[in-house]
Amino acid sequence: MTATTLPARRFGVPRKYVPVAVTGCLFVAMFVIGGFRYESFATGQVVLNVFIDNAFLLVVAVGMTFVILSGGIDLSVGSVVALTTMVSATLMTGHGWPAWPVILLVLVMGSVLGFAMGAIIHYFEIQPFIVTLAGMFLARGLCYTIGTESISITDPVFTAFAQTRINLGPDLGISPSVLIAAVVVLVAGYVLHYTRLGRSVYAVGGNENSALLMGLPVARTKIAVYTISGFCSALGGILLSFYMLSGYGLHAVGMELDAIAAVVIGGALLTGGSGYLLGTVLGVLVLGLTQTILSFEGTLSSWWTRIFIGLLLLAFILLQRLIGVRRSLRPSGS
Amino acid sequence: MAESAPIVRMSGIVKQFPGARALDGVDFRLLPGEVHALMGENGAGKSTLIKVLTGVHPVDEGEIELAGRPVAFSGPLAAQQAGISTVYQEVNLCGNLSVAENIFVGREPRKFGRIRWREVYRRADELLDRFDLDVDVSAPLSSCSLAVQQMVAIARAVDVEAKVLILDEPTSSLDADEVAQLFRVMRRLKEQGIAILFVSHFLDQIYEVADRITVLRNGRLVGEYLTRELPQVYLVAKMIGRELAELEKLEGKPLARTTEPLIEARDLGRAGAVNPFTLTIREGEVVGLAGLLGSGRTEIARLLFGADHAGGGSVHMGGKKVTLRSPRAAMNHKIAFCSENRREEGLVDELTVRENIVLALQADRGWSRPVSARKADELVRKYVAALNIKGDPDEPVRTLSGGNQQKVLLARWLIMEPRLLILDEPTRGIDVGAKAEIQRLVVELSDGGMAVLFISAELDEVLRLSHKVGVLRDRTLVAQLDNDDALTTDTLMGKIASGAPS
Repeated sequence: MTATTLPARRFGVPRKYVPVAVTGCLFVAMFVIGGFRYESFATGQVVLNVFIDNAFLLVVAVGMTFVILSGGIDLSVGSVVALTTMVSATLMTGHGWPAWPVILLVLVMGSVLGFAMGAIIHYFEIQPFIVTLAGMFLARGLCYTIGTESISITDPVFTAFAQTRINLGPDLGISPSVLIAAVVVLVAGYVLHYTRLGRSVYAVGGNENSALLMGLPVARTKIAVYTISGFCSALGGILLSFYMLSGYGLHAVGMELDAIAAVVIGGALLTGGSGYLLGTVLGVLVLGLTQTILSFEGTLSSWWTRIFIGLLLLAFILLQRLIGVRRSLRPSGS
Repeated sequence: MAESAPIVRMSGIVKQFPGARALDGVDFRLLPGEVHALMGENGAGKSTLIKVLTGVHPVDEGEIELAGRPVAFSGPLAAQQAGISTVYQEVNLCGNLSVAENIFVGREPRKFGRIRWREVYRRADELLDRFDLDVDVSAPLSSCSLAVQQMVAIARAVDVEAKVLILDEPTSSLDADEVAQLFRVMRRLKEQGIAILFVSHFLDQIYEVADRITVLRNGRLVGEYLTRELPQVYLVAKMIGRELAELEKLEGKPLARTTEPLIEARDLGRAGAVNPFTLTIREGEVVGLAGLLGSGRTEIARLLFGADHAGGGSVHMGGKKVTLRSPRAAMNHKIAFCSENRREEGLVDELTVRENIVLALQADRGWSRPVSARKADELVRKYVAALNIKGDPDEPVRTLSGGNQQKVLLARWLIMEPRLLILDEPTRGIDVGAKAEIQRLVVELSDGGMAVLFISAELDEVLRLSHKVGVLRDRTLVAQLDNDDALTTDTLMGKIASGAPS
C-alpha cells in the first residue's frame, strides 16, 4: 500500500486521547446535569464523596489497568479484596494482632497470590481468564473457611482511619483512604509512563511476540502486572476494611467486574496496549457519580446503576470499535 | 572491490535435523560495507544458515567467527548484543507504541530510572533523518506505511551498534517505491561500513542492490560470486541445479493436444498475490508452471481452486462462466488440488491411510451418507495397488515416507475423478523412485483425458511432462510456451531470469 493520504478527521485532541476525552466530557456532563436537577448537588463535596465512597475501587482498578494494558485480565481481584478484609478482621478481632503487621501481612499475601497467578499464566501458557478465575474461587473459598459470618473490626488504627476527615477547605473534606488512593494513582501513572516496566507493559499488550523479539523482559513484565494487581487488590481490601470496619466473605462480590468496567469506560482496550490511567480514574468517577445521581433521585432502585453502567459499557465498546475501524482504514498494511 | 577482512566467517557449517541434513559443510563470509545476497530455492538452507548464525540453532560442526573471534550465540538476543541484528519479513514491532518508542523501547535513555522522553524523541528524529525519513516520531507506528515500519525496524536494529544486518525477505510486501526507499537506506548503511546479508526471491532486486552473491542448493554451497560477474541466467542455473537430468527418461516429449478447452482463466488475478493472467487448459493436457519460489506459482493454483478469492477476471469452464468461491465450489466442478504443504494443508497425520484416502469422498457426500466400509475397502485396495503405496492402510499416515504420503494425497483426489488435477510441487522432498512413479502417473492420467496443472521448481520435470509451460516471474505470467523440440531448460531459464521473450 502506498501512503494514501486519507482525509484525516481532526478532533481537537490526538486520536489516541479520544476515549479518555469522551469519558472526561461524560463526567462533566453528568455533573452539570446533576447540578441543574438537584439542589445542593453542584458542590465540590459531591465529587469528593465519590472519591471517598470509591477509594477502594479506584485502587483495585489501577491494578486492573496494568493487567488489561498488558493484554490480560484479572478476575480474582474482588475475591482477594474480600479475603483481605476477612484475614484482617480475624487476625485483629479474633487473635488480637496489632494493625500494622496485619496490613503488612495482607499486602504481602495479595502480592504473592498475584505473583503466583502471573507465573502460572506465563510459564504454563494458560489463559489469564482461566487462571484468575481459579484464583477467584480459591480466594473466595478461603474466606468461608475462615468464617461465614461478618466479623467487625474494632482496632483503633482502623477506626481512626475510618473516622478521620482531612479538611481541604470550608465544607470540603476527604478520608485518608482517598489520599492513599491518590498516591497509588500518581505512583502508577509514573510507573506506566516514565519507567521501562511501564513501557514494557504497553509493548507486551501491543504484541507479545514482537516484544519478545525486541528483547524485552516479557516474563518479568507479565508476572509483574499480576503481582501489582494482587497488591492493589490487597490494598483495596484494606481501604474497604477502613470503610466497612468489618471482614466478610460476601464483601466485594462482583467488584472485579466493576473494576473492569471502570477501565473499559476509561478507554482502555481489552486486547491490551492502549489506554491511560487517567481514563481509569475518570471511569471510576463516572461509575461513582452514577450512584450518586441515583441516590439524589431517591425513587429509583439502586439496580438502575447496573443498567446505566451496562449501557455505558456498550456505548464505549462501540465507540472503540468505531475508532478501531477508522484506524484500520489507515495505511498500516494487512 | 578491495577485499578487507571479513566481519563474519562461517566455515564448514554442518546442521543436521532429524531426517535431513539442512547444511552440509557450508562456507560463508561477509565483508564489511557490502550487501551480500544469499540465494537458493526453498529448502536450500538459507534460513537455516541465518538461524545458525544468529544462534537460533546451534551448529553441529564448523566454526563461526565474528571479527576474527570464534563465537557461538545462545540466541538472537546474544547475537544482537554482539552486533548481529536481524529484521524479518513480518515487522516485529509494536504498532500501538510510537515510532520513537519502537526504536528505543527496552533501552530508553534514562535519568534516575525516569525515561527522558525528550531525549527519546530527539534521538529517534536524528536516526530517521539519517535514513531520509520524514515521519512524526511521536505518531503510533500503526499509522505508518509498511515500508516505514520496515525502516523503523532497521533503525532499531542498527542503532544497537550493529556491525552485521540480516534482512530476511524484507521486500516481499513492499511496492516498487517502498523498495527503492529501502534500498537507499541499505546503500547508506553500506557506506557506513555495515555488512548486510540480504535474502530475497526477486532477482531484479538482487541485481540492483547486492555486491556479492552466495548460492546454496540442497544444503550445500554452490559458490560465491561477484554480482556483476554472474549473469542472471547463470544464477538461476546454479540455484536450480541440473542433477535431475540424470533421472530416467520417461519418454519423448509429449505431443501437443488439440482437444477442447476444459478451463479458461481470463485476466484472473489477485492483488499482492499474482498479476492478472490468461491461461487455457485443455482436456488431457498437462500444463507446467515454471518459476522461482514466490513468483506466483502456488497463487495461480489457489485461485483456480477457489482457495483464494480472485480480485478480478473470470473463470470459464465448457464455455460457461463459473464462480469458484470456495474449494468446495471448485470440487463441484471436478477440480482437485494437491497442496504443496502436504503435512499442513493436505493430510491428517493422526488418521490412517484408509481414512485419509476416503476423506474427500466422504466430505463430498456429506455426513448423512457415509461411505460404506466395503466401498471404502474396495477403493483403498484399488488405489493402494494402482499407485503402489507402500504401507499398511490401517496405520496412521504419518508413519509413511514422504513419497508414499504424497501418493495417499493423490489417491484421495483421484477417487473424486477430477477433470482438472492441480499438483503443487508433488515431487518435492521425496526420493527419486517415488518421483518417477508420480511423474509416470501424471502421464497416464493425462492420456486418460484428465487435465493436469503441474507446478514444480524442477525445470527438467516440468519440461518432461508438460504439453505447455507457463513461465512466471515476479508474480506475472510472462510467457506460455508450447513444449516443442525447440524448448529446452535453457530457454526456460532464460525466461525466468529475464522475463523478456527470447
